[in-house]
Amino acid sequence: MSNLRIIKDRTASGAMRTVTIVALAFVLVMGWGLYRKSAPILSEIPLWDLLTDSTWQPFKNKFGFFPFVMGTIWVTVIAVIIALPLSLFTAVFLTEYSRRFVRKIVYPALDILASLPSVIYGVWGTLVVVPWISDKLAPYFVSFSTGYTTLAAGIVLSIMILPLLVSLFVELFTSVSNELRDSSYALGATRWQTAQSVVLRKSLPGVFASVVLAISRALGETIAVLMVCGNLPAVPHSVFDSCYPIPALIANNYGEMLSLPMYESALMFAALLLFVVVLVFNLASRLVLRKIEQK
Amino acid sequence: MRKFILRKFFANDNNEAFVPDAKFKHPDVAPELTVDHFNLSIEGSPILKDVSVTIPANKITCIIGPSGCGKSTLLKSLNRLSDTIEGVKTTGDIRIGDTSIANCSMSDLVELRRRIGLVPQRPTPLPMSIYGNIAYGCKIHGVSSRRELRKIVRHYLKVVGLWDEVKDRLTSPATKLSIGQQQRLCLARSLAVEPEFILADEATSALDPVSSKIVEDLFVKLKEQYSIVMVTHTLRQALRIADYVIFIYMGEVIEVGDAQQVFKNPKNELTQKYLSGAIS
Ligand SMILES: Nc1ncnc2c1ncn2[C@@H]1O[C@H](COP(=O)(O)OP(=O)(O)OP(=O)(O)O)[C@@H](O)[C@H]1O
Ligand SMILES: [Mg+2]
Repeated sequence: MSNLRIIKDRTASGAMRTVTIVALAFVLVMGWGLYRKSAPILSEIPLWDLLTDSTWQPFKNKFGFFPFVMGTIWVTVIAVIIALPLSLFTAVFLTEYSRRFVRKIVYPALDILASLPSVIYGVWGTLVVVPWISDKLAPYFVSFSTGYTTLAAGIVLSIMILPLLVSLFVELFTSVSNELRDSSYALGATRWQTAQSVVLRKSLPGVFASVVLAISRALGETIAVLMVCGNLPAVPHSVFDSCYPIPALIANNYGEMLSLPMYESALMFAALLLFVVVLVFNLASRLVLRKIEQK
Repeated sequence: MRKFILRKFFANDNNEAFVPDAKFKHPDVAPELTVDHFNLSIEGSPILKDVSVTIPANKITCIIGPSGCGKSTLLKSLNRLSDTIEGVKTTGDIRIGDTSIANCSMSDLVELRRRIGLVPQRPTPLPMSIYGNIAYGCKIHGVSSRRELRKIVRHYLKVVGLWDEVKDRLTSPATKLSIGQQQRLCLARSLAVEPEFILADEATSALDPVSSKIVEDLFVKLKEQYSIVMVTHTLRQALRIADYVIFIYMGEVIEVGDAQQVFKNPKNELTQKYLSGAIS
């Protein structure tokens, strides 16, 4: 009887350990595979040149990834700049101000938004955001814009990560105990003062972790961005320039250009780059998070 | 850097008499809290039924009664924290002096809540430093001078006997304090905005016996300047420190009176039963 329990316990812990190791190994194997595939281009062109060169002419054997790196950074930064304040305010409103029936409507809506396939956001971007930028917004700033711009990609991406951020923030804010809020109210604090000094402050490490999660998601988002960013391999100089983030580069060209071995290797290097960036970004933020939590 | 400045300031400062900010001055006559035919229901079910009591100034008033009878709800109504309960409805009135609490506007409420402090059941250090916890309430009510804030922090930490224990780590997080210290910090925090009333909902129930005794003694000391309303489950505690007692049963006030009278000669049969332990 008790033997059986112990056997069950051992089997369970063994199984769980195996699964964990397999998951870890998977990450390593993927990294290794990408590295192997990108070895040809790395042996031909030094890493530093690959990253800092702006000329992308595969047929002349010129592989400069700088435009793609910048495109990725621009789009991600714009998305976070738009989505972060919006999601914070929305979550504060939902948890601190709204009545229960509002939340009952909004929470499921958020879940639906978060689970929509990204191609739908892409379509919405091409139908609504792109024309709005080219007809309404861009004329104030530049003489001509197709609308397929860094800004369009940033906006679409921000709308995509918004529901994710809001749900994460709502989860965080509701986990702040009501007794803590009451203590602040009892001192005569208003709701806004309480939200700022107690709820937001208490959730700061979690807010940081959520933003990291959202950025990781944004870095890798492909289809929706690809549909509105313009796919021009040049470093964007303003938000009204087209751009070409790394995931779009891979998705657009993979499978077509495999006749050129160096091209394939270049695309694999792009994938490796993305992989490393997301990995390093996550690890680094973990360190920062630990610092914040200690405070 | 900040730490250094704080320490330097406190080192230079001699023990001049502490005068609260003019904003926080008590009225000349300490007010009473009047609960006037007050009813409270949550989602249609009545929790407090026609409660009418007057809570005297500069006394310790204990609210006693069996679990679930509405003690905490009554206490929350006194500073309108009951507003945060979903589906709550009230009729009747609660007044501090002549000012209505139960029926005042949101903007008046902020000031009224300052006048009625709260010590929670479990300590709730705000997510900031020890210094920040005490300065928080004052900042909310517009005290912005650093010099003034430091005086306030030092004074109230001394009042609750925490000063010597924490003076070297004022900038460290309040959550690092022991539970007993946290509770005294919560008391200092509410005292810092100079309330006239202090509400305490089983404020010692989460504490060890020694800390519990310290907080209890503080209440006794504080009643010279403040009026204290506390909910307690331990009758012995009520016996030790109560001046005035309110006994509630199933949302109704059954008996009110001086502690001596209620404990020695309860008029109502239910009170007698409760005190003898027959109902709990
Ligand atoms: N948020 C709420 N929603 C619904 N009912 C509530 C809520 N808060 C309190 N009640 C109900 O109100 C009644 C009184 O609760 P209250 O917390 O005031 O009791 P209490 O006397 O403080 O009890 P205890 O001694 O156990 O703390 C209980 O029947 C409780 O179920
Ligand atoms: Mg209670």
